[in-house]
Amino acid sequence: MTAAPIETDQQYPPTPKPRSAVIRDALGVGIAVGLSGFAFGVTSAGAGLSVAQSCALSLLVFTGASQFALVGALGAGGSPFAAAAGAFFLGVRNAFYGLRLSELLRLPRAVRPLAAQWVIDETSAVTLAQPDRRSARLGFTVTGVSLYVLWNLTTLLGALGAAALGDPAAWGLDAAGPAVFLALLAPMLRGRDERAVAGLAVLLGLVCLPLLPSGVPVLVAALAAPVVLAVTRRKGVR
Amino acid sequence: MSTWIAIGITAFGCYAMKLLGLSVPAGFLERPVVRRLAALLPIALLAALTAIQTFGTGDRALVLDARSAGLAAAAVALLLRAPFLVVVGAAVLVTAAVRALAG
Repeated sequence: MTAAPIETDQQYPPTPKPRSAVIRDALGVGIAVGLSGFAFGVTSAGAGLSVAQSCALSLLVFTGASQFALVGALGAGGSPFAAAAGAFFLGVRNAFYGLRLSELLRLPRAVRPLAAQWVIDETSAVTLAQPDRRSARLGFTVTGVSLYVLWNLTTLLGALGAAALGDPAAWGLDAAGPAVFLALLAPMLRGRDERAVAGLAVLLGLVCLPLLPSGVPVLVAALAAPVVLAVTRRKGVR
Repeated sequence: MSTWIAIGITAFGCYAMKLLGLSVPAGFLERPVVRRLAALLPIALLAALTAIQTFGTGDRALVLDARSAGLAAAAVALLLRAPFLVVVGAAVLVTAAVRALAG
């Protein structure tokens, strides 16, 4: 990679952050979010997916929002293609995390296909918060390993335990998916444009919900992003 | 079978996006409008998904039920800067409690 640095404000102070502090931050995120794989396993089983299908999603897709979106759409009777499209569009943001991470981590070419699977919200948040490359690599690895192992383990437990739990709705577990979305969304709602996009997307999604097949309203709501972007650019706000 | 197809497409697509980000030269996707759209797109999707999975039912109707109370609890937890797991736990517990009291 010989590309120019993309972050001009990225400073590398001479005193690196202690390794123990990096590991503590990374494990905190990895364990907390990793445990919520249990909610995914139960939700997935409740949506009618088999244990193998639920585990395959956590092993192969490994990006929580896309997984919850996919099983939610399939459980509501959506077509597999509309469901996969919604999940895929949610996964597109990981490409942009990857762009920023590749600059910071400078991974060897051979490691990239392996590391790519861990490029998600949580690993990016931990890694991008590190002050130097050594800490960034350590934070990325520790968050990635702990989260991947726990997320898959708890998915299996959740999917297996779902049958014993009976109706997941009685335990309130059908609220886990939307709560995960809300928790991921909240820190993104800093500016006026961001709030406008969220408001318009909610409106589009709810209006389309009774009118269009399951999975499609989310795709219509995604149009809120280019619409708000076009309006603000025309106004010359940005 | 159609579930496996959906899983396959999603797994392939999501992995391809992750690898793409790590592999392309930085300037490639770094045009300001693309970056801006990339930041706004997940906001639209997450907001719509939150609303649809809170107020929507399996037969595509809109309802106000125990999930709304659960999400309100999650929102309060977020305002109090609670950790991720507490936010999700609050939503689950409150939803279950409201159902138990109502049922």
